[in-house]
Amino acid sequence: MTVAAGPRRTPPELRERLGMLADRFHGARALSIRREPVPAAYRVFFRHIGLDPDVQRTPIEAAAVERLLRGGFVSGSAVDDALVLALVETGVPVWALDAARIKGTLALRAARAGERLGAGEYAGDLAPGRIVVADDAGPVAVLFGAMAPDRLPGRDTDRLLLFAVGAPGVPALYFEEALHCCAEALDGS
Amino acid sequence: MVELTVRRTGRVVDERAARAQLRRQIARLEAQLSALQISGFPHGPVDPAVPGVRGPHILSLGELERTRDALVAGLDDVRSKAAARGERQAAARALLERMLQEPGRHKFVRVANRDLGEPGCGVWHVRPRLGLIGMLAGWWQVKLSSGCPLAS
Repeated sequence: MTVAAGPRRTPPELRERLGMLADRFHGARALSIRREPVPAAYRVFFRHIGLDPDVQRTPIEAAAVERLLRGGFVSGSAVDDALVLALVETGVPVWALDAARIKGTLALRAARAGERLGAGEYAGDLAPGRIVVADDAGPVAVLFGAMAPDRLPGRDTDRLLLFAVGAPGVPALYFEEALHCCAEALDGS
Repeated sequence: MVELTVRRTGRVVDERAARAQLRRQIARLEAQLSALQISGFPHGPVDPAVPGVRGPHILSLGELERTRDALVAGLDDVRSKAAARGERQAAARALLERMLQEPGRHKFVRVANRDLGEPGCGVWHVRPRLGLIGMLAGWWQVKLSSGCPLAS
């Protein structure tokens, strides 16, 4: 999904909405969230792709831990806050890229030998076989991991490409809702 | 010179069914593990050691099996610890019951709420009624101290 929005400060309405979400998100839910259907599906998906969700937390569990440690969902840029909002509302993680720096469509695939994450001095090596999100030009992110710095939204970004990665067992409706929730929050800002 | 003959059997091993079965088993074990972890909180072991493999990738059949086996071992570990904790709590409850029935036979015995699996910092303590007089007269009672100690 592409939305017309760029990096900017979080508007008060979005910050207030995040505050209300944080007020509803208590320790008991943070503990039991792993048994809710969508977060549980992502935990299982982590196991299926060789990640230990107790070491590398699933996005929603990481957000829950952050909420407990910091006392709220920390407000950063409007884009970051919209992503957190969609994640906490639906349990589905959403990522944002600069739409102008993406060529073709995004897809999941295994990294090939010699491929790097991003371009330039700060590009990271990718182990062959690592599951990556890639466009026609190459990998843009490791699945549930680092993103290519040169594809992230920058100061000159005016269009964002939002994407979500589904876990088996999660109905498509949740992804649509997550993307819509994020787009709506950005649109409102 | 040894001549080796290689025969092609023409059999292609289809792993799909096995992989699907393993994935189902992993999903079921993960659900059981999550349930146990939550039910044991805050007294139980939270994170059993079920290591990941190495970054996100398509797991081979062997890696799926190892993940499944690690989950089974982790589940056994959590269950055994939960069972041991349950036995300790049952013993502590039985002791508290005996203390309440016959305080005179359990002088100065203490049982903490934590040992009973209860929340809070309360401690059940068999003490003499009226201090030294009660001690000499054999007047014993069970007192529950409440509240957590002040942070120093």
